[in-house]
Amino acid sequence: MNRINQKLQEDKKLLSIYFTAGYPALNDTVPIIRELEKNGVDMIEIGLPFSDPLADGPTIQASSTAALQNGMRTELLFEQLKDIRKTVSIPLIVMGYFNPMLQYGVEAFCRKCHEIGIDGIIMPDLPLDVYQEQYEAIFTKYGLINVFLITPQTSEERIRQIDGASAGFIYMVSSASVTGSKDGFGNAQTDYFERIARMGLKNPQIVGFGISNAETFQAATETAKGAIIGSAFIKHLTDYGIATIGDFVEKIKS
Amino acid sequence: MKRKKRTTTISGETERKSYHADEKGNYGEFGGAYIPEMLYPNTEELRQNYLRIMADPSFQREFDHLLKDYVGRPTPLYFAERLSQKYGTKIYLKREDLCHTGAHKVNNTIGQILMAKKLGKNRIIAETGAGQHGVATATVCALMGIECVVYMGEIDIARQAPNVARMKMLGAKVRPALSGSRTLKDATNEAIRDWINNPVDTHYIIGSVVGPHPYPDMVARFQSVISEEIKWQLKEKEGRENPDYVVACVGGGSNAAGAYFHYLDVPEVGIIAVEAAGKGIDTGESAATSALGKVGIIHGSKTLLMQTQDGQITEPYSISAGLDYPGVGPMHAHLFKSGRGEFISITDDEAMTAGLEVSQLEGIIPAIETSHAFAIFDYKQFKEDDVVVINLSGRGDKDLQTYIDYFKL
Ligand SMILES: Cc1ncc(COP(=O)(O)O)c(C=O)c1O
Repeated sequence: MNRINQKLQEDKKLLSIYFTAGYPALNDTVPIIRELEKNGVDMIEIGLPFSDPLADGPTIQASSTAALQNGMRTELLFEQLKDIRKTVSIPLIVMGYFNPMLQYGVEAFCRKCHEIGIDGIIMPDLPLDVYQEQYEAIFTKYGLINVFLITPQTSEERIRQIDGASAGFIYMVSSASVTGSKDGFGNAQTDYFERIARMGLKNPQIVGFGISNAETFQAATETAKGAIIGSAFIKHLTDYGIATIGDFVEKIKS
Repeated sequence: MKRKKRTTTISGETERKSYHADEKGNYGEFGGAYIPEMLYPNTEELRQNYLRIMADPSFQREFDHLLKDYVGRPTPLYFAERLSQKYGTKIYLKREDLCHTGAHKVNNTIGQILMAKKLGKNRIIAETGAGQHGVATATVCALMGIECVVYMGEIDIARQAPNVARMKMLGAKVRPALSGSRTLKDATNEAIRDWINNPVDTHYIIGSVVGPHPYPDMVARFQSVISEEIKWQLKEKEGRENPDYVVACVGGGSNAAGAYFHYLDVPEVGIIAVEAAGKGIDTGESAATSALGKVGIIHGSKTLLMQTQDGQITEPYSISAGLDYPGVGPMHAHLFKSGRGEFISITDDEAMTAGLEVSQLEGIIPAIETSHAFAIFDYKQFKEDDVVVINLSGRGDKDLQTYIDYFKL
């Protein structure tokens, strides 16, 4: 069974962390992953940096630009990760934008992920219909779970369609926003979380965007299976470096 | 005169029936909507409604009325006698430079502001490079009394100060794009992010035939008034609707799409697209996407774009801010790949020289974007009785400082 599915069966709320590979320093990728696992994080999204991250706010944009300037490349990321499964056992997901994957070759990219032991892929700008028509067979062949996003504006009909096409979890974007831009959740979010919970979807939901501390983590996981922290973690890396990752995780979990 | 060789046409499939978008927004292998799910409701709303709204008689009436009385259409099709003499062929100029605000861009913004109203939107966002599209958007927003935010790269804000002032005077907010290379591509990213943050009340007026479906097709349709007029105007002047060639500069490709539109599926009309070679195709400072681009995804569309081997989008360069875009619209990628269009790239120096020549032969100072289209005669030999229509996409007022600096006027 895919590590993501296994993890989702655990009887707990899941904490997932996103970081941009190659940031703060080019070779921080593996140390960050190890630190996160050591401190009890349940799942990790490894961001493949892109020059034009449309769905990201200033924090992740800046980390992507810095990572590319540091020399991060697709092949180098795979190289850094090649022995990761010797020491790390939690689910690992590669998150990025579709153009770098397309240039690498979708099949070659998936094969590489499979060899490394990557469990899933999140490509926000690879649309559902294109995925189903052209790429689903390849993802499946290499045992990769493709994760789709929904937002407060996604229609019920489309949510059901996405639920049908998903085989792991649904990435529930907390509000109409790019990453890292909202502080705290209002009634609109709570209503949305409850509305989705009532739909009885077959895939569990994990909330992302705008989760920055224990309070928002708590609020998001009231109904959802877990939550993803990105920008707040990157900010922490920028301010305190990778040595204090344990403090960050502890604060979220407290 | 010595003819140089820098055409990059390649031959390809010939059996294709139409060069227009299909119902999914595909132009051959290009186009589509590669957008994050956050934008799906926005583009879907537009996709489901744009053709219906455009076919609505009340929409058409208002569009036609504004194009006539506000923009000043039809724009003349002018026989350029001295230019024709010099190059030994019959050259007509489609005078989009005479549109209100000084370029073709306003045809699209008029159409889209009416579309936004029909969709019940009360806030407009746009991106701009040179500021022409920003000004055209700010203009129609003022006309309709709708809030307007224009994203513009920090670097472009500095080098296009007069257009920034125009937008402000028209009541628009100009927000600097501070990310990436701080030019047009990044302004587009910022506008898209704004749309993600404001999905319900906001309409995004894209300035060219780029972006996710249905934008390329919708913008092309709004600009198609250019070739619609050329057809009857040429009939009056030459007794035939079809020129032998229609020539336009291509940044994203909207003036070109409008000039080609009704000729796309008329094989006897030659299509010539002129791109900016910047300092030269091989210098690393160029915007000639057909020569330097590979298939990829930019701003939600599959098209040709300039990128690294890893798929990171690279910065283009051209003296003309309006051609300084690392991609082209999917229609143009398909015209190139299929061989239907002939693509020629023109350097800064060649464009500037041609701009000066047109000024002095015809008394028309073209926008530097358009000057590129006038520089093709070094590369392309026309027959004496060929009818060549050049789309004069805009006037050079906005570029005066660049011309002054270049020619030390
Ligand atoms: C006068 C003029 N021509 C051409 C362009 C290029 O845009 P497009 O290729 O969409 O026509 C611009 C863009 O600013 C322009 O101002």
